[in-house]
Amino acid sequence: MLERQGFRSALASVMAILIGMLVGLVVLLVSNPGSAVPGFVAIATGGLKNPKNMGQVLYYATPIIMTGLSVGFAKKTGLFNIGASGQFIMGAFAAVYVGVRWTFLPPGLHCLVAVLAAALMGALWGCVPGLLKAYCNINEVIACIMMNYIGMSTTNLLVRRLVFDRAKNQSLQPAASAVLPKLGFDKIFVDGGAPSSANAGFVIAAILGVVVWVILEKTKLGFELKACGYNRDAAKYAGINDKKNILLAMVFAGGLSGIGGALSYLSGSGTGIPVLDVLAAEGFNGIPVALLGMSNPIAIIFTGTFMAYLTQGGLSMQSFGFPTQIVDIISSVIIYFAAFALFFSQIIGKIKVGPKVTAQEKTDQEHKRLHDRMDQVKAQKGGEDQ
Amino acid sequence: MSEYIIEMCNITKEFPGIIANDDITLQLKKGEIHALLGENGAGKSTLMSVLFGLYQPEKGVIKKDGKEVQIKDPNDANALGIGMVHQHFKLVHNFTVLQNIVLGMETTQHGLLKMDEARKKVVALSEQYGLRVDPDALIEDITVGMQQRVEILKMLYRDNEILIFDEPTAVLTPQEIEELMKIMKGLAAEGKSILFITHKLNEIKEVADRCTVLRKGKYIGTIDVAGVTKEEMSEMMVGRKVELRVEKGPAHPADVVFETQGLTVVNKEHGKKVVNDVSLKVRRGEIVCVAGIDGNGQTELVQAITGLMKADAGTVLLNGEDVTHASIRHKNTHGLGHIPEDRHKHGLVLDYPLAYNLVLQNYFEPEYCAKGFLKYDKIFQYGDSLIEKYDIRSGQGGKTIARSMSGGNQQKAIVAREIDRDPELLIAVQPTRGLDVGAIEYIHRQLVAERDKGKGILLISLELDEVMSLADRILVIYEGEIVAELDPQAVTVQELGLYMAGSKRKAVG
Repeated sequence: MLERQGFRSALASVMAILIGMLVGLVVLLVSNPGSAVPGFVAIATGGLKNPKNMGQVLYYATPIIMTGLSVGFAKKTGLFNIGASGQFIMGAFAAVYVGVRWTFLPPGLHCLVAVLAAALMGALWGCVPGLLKAYCNINEVIACIMMNYIGMSTTNLLVRRLVFDRAKNQSLQPAASAVLPKLGFDKIFVDGGAPSSANAGFVIAAILGVVVWVILEKTKLGFELKACGYNRDAAKYAGINDKKNILLAMVFAGGLSGIGGALSYLSGSGTGIPVLDVLAAEGFNGIPVALLGMSNPIAIIFTGTFMAYLTQGGLSMQSFGFPTQIVDIISSVIIYFAAFALFFSQIIGKIKVGPKVTAQEKTDQEHKRLHDRMDQVKAQKGGEDQ
Repeated sequence: MSEYIIEMCNITKEFPGIIANDDITLQLKKGEIHALLGENGAGKSTLMSVLFGLYQPEKGVIKKDGKEVQIKDPNDANALGIGMVHQHFKLVHNFTVLQNIVLGMETTQHGLLKMDEARKKVVALSEQYGLRVDPDALIEDITVGMQQRVEILKMLYRDNEILIFDEPTAVLTPQEIEELMKIMKGLAAEGKSILFITHKLNEIKEVADRCTVLRKGKYIGTIDVAGVTKEEMSEMMVGRKVELRVEKGPAHPADVVFETQGLTVVNKEHGKKVVNDVSLKVRRGEIVCVAGIDGNGQTELVQAITGLMKADAGTVLLNGEDVTHASIRHKNTHGLGHIPEDRHKHGLVLDYPLAYNLVLQNYFEPEYCAKGFLKYDKIFQYGDSLIEKYDIRSGQGGKTIARSMSGGNQQKAIVAREIDRDPELLIAVQPTRGLDVGAIEYIHRQLVAERDKGKGILLISLELDEVMSLADRILVIYEGEIVAELDPQAVTVQELGLYMAGSKRKAVG
């Protein structure tokens, strides 16, 4: 039954994507009919055009898989972690700081410490809304949003003070010993001698996706976290420390986002943390990634890669003269339809489940549906009586 | 003119794989109260939705005043004067009573509301039928019983002649039930015809003229209520003899297993003591029942004992150990079992499979958990064993999502989980609320069996019948205080009612 449910969710996500792409095509046709088809082909296939582009997909996927895992993990515990952005950027700062300044560490260890520092910093940033939610019952969404701004400004301040590259108005590049290993990806994902930025980050993100899945599905901790998420009162009744679990979930989620920041800025691609008053987009992109993956950690690895694929395809599309805004609209439309994934899942459920249920279940379901419908009709009737 | 205002003749309604209504005939006389009796899943709701136009039957006809009518949707039903009070009310909470009643049927002049006429009509109707409500009170400020009266007024305001009540007493206190029964009789006397869906035999006995019984989608019969006993009716409903009176021998109370001393809970909002200096004892081998009208501190008392709420004063002793400030987990693993009042809020994680719910109190024990990893094969094995032992019915065994199970089986799952942990004190709060006769009988038997095994049982109940038949000792709670300790053998229901209403009290020994 669980396999079937997984299959249903996957099918629903694919359907959502296809419909999103169809609507995207319509937008293209309206904006520039002449280049619409080649432009659409570019966004649909750009990520696979050459090995370098494939590598770039993995590179873009890494941070949003991490923030997606962060949002998805919190969601399973019944929390909406909209603070992934702040956790991500604080993690990035911690990683860059360790990468630039702690050069006394031996290679290998240096990189590991930088990633761990990012995880800790992200966890700290997640822990604040967690504490407020668990012990003062303050809505985590508000606390998370505020922590995003505090994180953004703190990072700007700390980068300027501690690791500033004045010429580029961004952070300094981490030492080579702190950069994530390439794992030979620079040999595989190449186009015309130019390697992509792909590195071990994607592998780490994928492994962490599996780890998160194991935690949620196989461990006692996951059992308790999900119980809290589904029904906090019942969890409390069963002697589960709901406060501790809420805090723990936010700490974990924050840590995942923080690692995302490390994997992003230890990639050796030459980008630094920009000193701008803009919230890190990777944090928010984690929300649709988690949504499209229905918070399933394994699915999030794929949906994150898919989103990155769209990003890369969008870059390819620009060569057909589409303004970047249109590119953004197309990707947004596709992601927008991701929100319908659940809706499709229900439709598929109705079609597929039909013959397999027992008679008793069937009546139960019918009665439930019936009552709902009666309620609806009764409410409607109120409006139509005149 | 026909003798019957509504006739549903030979109605058959099929769903893929099941016949929900199999050749059912229901005839409603004008001015009568007609009960529709059946267990959960017997086809009552389906039949009513056919009458309400939500379903089209495969076979059979519906007649109004002897003439065949087509009811294609609820608007048709409404046009024929059929109205319904749902179990869960459909009211706008921040609207007044009057606004709710006229909602959807507002009389206007030049686009402005003309509430005066509506008010006159509502006041006249409430006087005519004895439905005391303040038209200007906000819904959120009035009691559940009054909200129900508003729903009734809504039907009357729309000039409905045929009134369907869907399990109307499930949410009411005993006093409110009595009031509702009076109102229903009044409505019938004024010529309204009432269909009354229920599985409570007492209520049928009290108000209904006739009763149609359904079982598993089949028509069993229509009877004159006055001519049959409750036992006969329940046998018709369940299909076998049901013990309405609980079989139980005399109690053999042993040593005290549980005790509270001066337990007090203060409400944070209004500063009143909702549990006021409660001292009680439960011995092994006895069922102590805390009886009272809903909202007299029972919920808070239990939550203070179990740890869901903090007690402001007093101590709780379990097996002689002071557990007042112990964690919930500590109490649960040291001899406390708790069948909670609200099975959806506290009792189950509805989106978890049944098997997970069955280990909700012991998943962390070495048998099911090693080094932080759960042994899911063991969990499902244990789940299956409980499902078999306690006859919990579900579509897909341990993998069934709890939400999809019927209320009775959900409750059985909770009872199974709590009893199988072998607690020394079992707290059961309204363990049979909303269940049908078969499930009630089952749960009562389990409680008595636990008592006979030498467990202490603390039962909190609002149902006088349950109190009288199960309790070995009755403690009456009124406004958070224990006001009397009574022997069920030596007290009448009427007397008990007086204590519960606070008009009588006696020193507790």
